[in-house]
Amino acid sequence: MWKWLHPYANPEVSYHFAGKILPWLSALAALLLSIGLIWALAFAPADYQQGDSFRIFYIHVPAASLSMGIYFGMAIAAFTSLVWQFKLADASAAAMAPVGATFTAIALITGAAWGKPMWGTWWIWDARLTSELILLFLYLGVIALQNAFEDKNLAGKAAGILTLVGVINLPIIKYSVEWWNTLHQGSTISKLGRPSMSVDMLWPFVFCFLGFILLVSVIICIRFRSEILTRNSIRPWVRTLVSQHLTQEKANEV
Amino acid sequence: MSVANLSYRAVFSLVLKRDLTIAMRHKDDIINPLLFFVIVVTLFPLGIGPESQILSRIAPGIIWVAALLSTLLSLDRLFKSDHSDGSLEQMLLSPQPVFILVLAKIVAHWLITGLPLILIAPLLAVLLHLNEQSYSALILTLLLGTPVLSLLGAIGVALTVGIKKGGVLLSLLVLPLYIPVLIFATSAIDTAALGLPYSGQLAIIAALFFGSLTLAPFAVAAALKVSTN
Amino acid sequence: MRFDSFSAFIDMGGYGFYVWLSYGVAAALLLILLLTSITGHKQVIKNIAQRKQREDKLRQVRKQRQKQTKQLKTKLSEEVTE
Repeated sequence: MWKWLHPYANPEVSYHFAGKILPWLSALAALLLSIGLIWALAFAPADYQQGDSFRIFYIHVPAASLSMGIYFGMAIAAFTSLVWQFKLADASAAAMAPVGATFTAIALITGAAWGKPMWGTWWIWDARLTSELILLFLYLGVIALQNAFEDKNLAGKAAGILTLVGVINLPIIKYSVEWWNTLHQGSTISKLGRPSMSVDMLWPFVFCFLGFILLVSVIICIRFRSEILTRNSIRPWVRTLVSQHLTQEKANEV
Repeated sequence: MSVANLSYRAVFSLVLKRDLTIAMRHKDDIINPLLFFVIVVTLFPLGIGPESQILSRIAPGIIWVAALLSTLLSLDRLFKSDHSDGSLEQMLLSPQPVFILVLAKIVAHWLITGLPLILIAPLLAVLLHLNEQSYSALILTLLLGTPVLSLLGAIGVALTVGIKKGGVLLSLLVLPLYIPVLIFATSAIDTAALGLPYSGQLAIIAALFFGSLTLAPFAVAAALKVSTN
Repeated sequence: MRFDSFSAFIDMGGYGFYVWLSYGVAAALLLILLLTSITGHKQVIKNIAQRKQREDKLRQVRKQRQKQTKQLKTKLSEEVTE
């Protein structure tokens, strides 16, 4: 497996690889997302308790689970970069951070918009909402640290350490918030007691979820490519690539 | 005796003594965070009102949040002056394990800022009409919790020590990590006010303490290596 | 289609505001993220190109200057030998 992976440690190869899969990923993401969202909005049945507000579920849940998933992805990238001095992992972690922060924000906002009709307020200190908010803070800290360093390599390492500290703390924070919540709030409205999703709700959800995963990988691919370029800006291959790009652009203008 | 064959204990006490001596020469560094702590706590009754019932209800939270903030304020000094005069790099270059040096510095920081905080906290608790049953819980949680604050904060300082405007960034990095300590400490004090046993919360804070005691110095050492690059 | 009319679709059984708010915010945030990523990539390429041009220019100037000094030196030495 190492032999198979080895060429992708080369920034040039992985830059071109990311560029090659990008159109396929984006086409697939657009297809799945449009199918999933139209299905979710117009064709999926309304929930028997929550009515049509249940349609928020189809973006809230994928966004929430992706916000966690991207953080773990970042932590894995940070770990490989710190242990094996693998520079590309830094680039991918830097590419992931803003995407993860955006999905956390989406999860929070859609959660609030769902909470208003269901619980009667925009915000309650529900355990999940609170730990999602703290996750957003962790993301913002990582992004701020990445931007604070002039040297991208140092920034990557520092942010990697912070990410790992965060990933150790994340379960503790989640647990403590849940515990705090049960202590302070008596019995909250139990989070929507639902036996199991019916099949005609499950399918649009699967489409949305896969679509969001693909969208995330598209955006990460784009950002990953720019991260590689900025980190290797003095390499000859980047220079030739850039000049090719410019001549192409000029030709297009004429 | 050459530096290379100092025992770990000797290195630890050497660094500890050095940091304490430096702190004793700059007494305002000890006093200012403490004053900040006192002032923040006195601002709350002025903002909320003097009703003793409300105050005693929110006293644990106020004292703990103020303790977090004043620790944050004092953290900056942990590595900054050593970094600017170059002695930090000397320490990292020394043959002794960085773990011990870092641990000694953190212990010194706690002795300088955490301990005075614990000593003055009962006084503030009186001002806030804290429930009488809660005093021992307050002291115990502070005793176990403030070292965690110093340990976790040291990671943040080590990451930001090379950055010019690291102060604001530090709070963004460190405060989310402080949340578990805050939650369990205040809940222990609340539980004590009801006359119930709070050993469970205390055990969790102790677990946080030992966990961060073993792991944080490694993270600090790695972060310092990045920052002094 | 679960809805009888377009207005019923917009109304979402009374939850229209919340449903469309969350879909709208999600779409807006994702679009912003996507667009900034794409423009960011172009910006990176542009920055590198600018730096390259500047460095090329500097290199050319240096080369020219070297050539000039060489010519000057040969001229001088010729004059001296004459």
